[in-house]
Amino acid sequence: MSTNAISVEAGPLSAGQRIAMHYFVAAMILFFAQILFGVIAGLQYIYPDLFFGQLDFSVARMVHINAMIVWLLFGFMGAVYWLVEDEAGTDLVGVGLAKINFWILTAAVTVVVLVYLFVQIGPGTKTTLWLINEGREYIEAPRWADIGIVFCVLVFFYNVSATFMKGRWSGISGVLVLDLVALAGLYVAGMYFTPNISVDQHWWWWVIHLWVEATWEVLVGCIMAWGLIKTLGANRRIVTTWLYIEVAMMFGSGILGLGHHYFWIGTPEYWFTIGGFFSALEPVPLVAMVVHAVYDAGRHGFKSNNHPALAWLIAHAFGNFFGAGVWGFMHTLPQINLYTHGTQWTSSHGHLAFFGAYATINIAIIYLAIQRVRGNVWMSAELADRGWKWKWSLGLLNAGVLGMTMALLIAGYDQSFIERALEGSTWSGYFKAQQSAWFLQGMVWRMIFGWVTTAGIVLLFWDLLTIGKTEKRKIKDISVVSTLEHAPA
Amino acid sequence: MTETPWWSSESLWRKMAIWVTAFMVVVLIGLTFDTVRQITAGGKRVPSYSVINQKIFYEFDSERGFQVPRIGESQPLFGRILDEAEAKALVTLGKLTVQAKNCMNCHTLLGNGAYYAPDLTKAWLDPAWAHEDIREQLMLDFLQDPAGNARTFGSGRRMPNLNITEDEAQGIVAFLKWMSSIDTNGFPRGFSPLDQEDGV
Repeated sequence: MSTNAISVEAGPLSAGQRIAMHYFVAAMILFFAQILFGVIAGLQYIYPDLFFGQLDFSVARMVHINAMIVWLLFGFMGAVYWLVEDEAGTDLVGVGLAKINFWILTAAVTVVVLVYLFVQIGPGTKTTLWLINEGREYIEAPRWADIGIVFCVLVFFYNVSATFMKGRWSGISGVLVLDLVALAGLYVAGMYFTPNISVDQHWWWWVIHLWVEATWEVLVGCIMAWGLIKTLGANRRIVTTWLYIEVAMMFGSGILGLGHHYFWIGTPEYWFTIGGFFSALEPVPLVAMVVHAVYDAGRHGFKSNNHPALAWLIAHAFGNFFGAGVWGFMHTLPQINLYTHGTQWTSSHGHLAFFGAYATINIAIIYLAIQRVRGNVWMSAELADRGWKWKWSLGLLNAGVLGMTMALLIAGYDQSFIERALEGSTWSGYFKAQQSAWFLQGMVWRMIFGWVTTAGIVLLFWDLLTIGKTEKRKIKDISVVSTLEHAPA
Repeated sequence: MTETPWWSSESLWRKMAIWVTAFMVVVLIGLTFDTVRQITAGGKRVPSYSVINQKIFYEFDSERGFQVPRIGESQPLFGRILDEAEAKALVTLGKLTVQAKNCMNCHTLLGNGAYYAPDLTKAWLDPAWAHEDIREQLMLDFLQDPAGNARTFGSGRRMPNLNITEDEAQGIVAFLKWMSSIDTNGFPRGFSPLDQEDGV
């Protein structure tokens, strides 16, 4: 088994860690793009003529959500490259391959984004779907890029699993590798065209739901488990057992929880019962994750070797629970979803869930990486500048996203009530809701909190570029803390 | 160190994780076979593409407690009766165009997509088209020149010009008409369709 604590000695970064840093840098650039295009799309709700005909809402929104998906994936891949050698106890197997893979993937993403921005749309032919835009929410990437993504993920999978095979396996690595197989395989379900919109949406949810509400959750569970061991020196056996419990509950509820997307797309009525029941159980593993993280942090007296990383891990536990769990549960039952499906409710849920469940944990791992890059320096309490930058960026980003979530929720309530309950779900009902006072106020407040989020990301970048640069103290040795705190009471 | 009780042992939960996941995957695969069978075009829930030759209207189903689509008398689209292959080709062109023009990043279809523009699930039956006699032409005109025929309902939100050709516009209308015939279990809630002769 690998050691719990991070070594005080800081040699040069390992090959895997250097690859991981590439992914983290690309992820942060895409994170910024996500926020930038989110701001534009948010402004277009208030000023509909903004960039009309040049950068329409559809384009801004597509780049907003695609940048998000890709930066989260880059962050996950970076996190896995960061931990793989430590967890396997050996060097990365294919360093050259990993480097080429990174550059191919990054070049492909750049081309896709440039085509989104400057070509945007094409004629109604399959060629457009292959070269420009597939026009399916979240997986708009043209088919050539789909094939490239699958190829790159397979190379990544080979590298990770071969490294574990060369080194050693653990509970965390076993779950991680199996989860990566499912994650890559599911993407293939989104790579085809059918004129039948019901069949299209049916398989589209296999990618979207079984990624974000199943395989991604398990992936971050693995990263979280490793992160808790590294930041707190948490007991590996307990962490691994928790991981198995989470997998059982996550897949136990999330796989058939897929059914809550099958209420209204032409699929049979039995999905009301199955989808409603299992998706209602989906918050349970997220509660377990909160208990797990808070228990471990409290057990160690919140004495971590990396305060920013631990704070973001805790933000992840709560953000995942509230964003994915509570906000998802609020409208997952068909009786409620009939009114809320396809309204700003979904947008509210999406903002808090993606940020809370996934952005947070990527930022946590990047803080762990930055500590190592700066030479395993002190990042616990009493930082030179009191750590105001990381604390404020944490506060601004969380307050910003939570504020947007609340504003969108109020807009969603208003929309559901006016458009669905009162106005018979017609287009005039839709526009009546869009112009109601509360909806408009919601959009303004969403924008205000969007700016708060933007301030948070600017501060986050500033902090990541500077934290620990002048620090002379070495990383806090949590293995001592850990030993003491695991002593019999 | 005290011995770990059986209920919190690592090996028990590893087995649980494997068995629970395997069981759920098997159940999902079983349900998927049935679901795909039921949503294949030509079935009861998702009609065949040649339904675009007929009138589509809504009727309240007291047993199910919501409105369901019904297929009525002959109502050819653009004055042509199409066989199944021709109808499928036209709907396919429409669906390809809907994807190629990135409609889903403003609109929702079956409630999925973006929320900047109205849901298209029942676009064919929306009362905004005023009367069924002029609906086809209004839709074609709008799709080919959305800025010139802007329908913003006072919101200021306009659809941009997407260079949609007449053929593509016909395909989109066919796709929207066919989509309105899908049994969506009463979604969107309490939809009030366009008044049509011989069917509400």
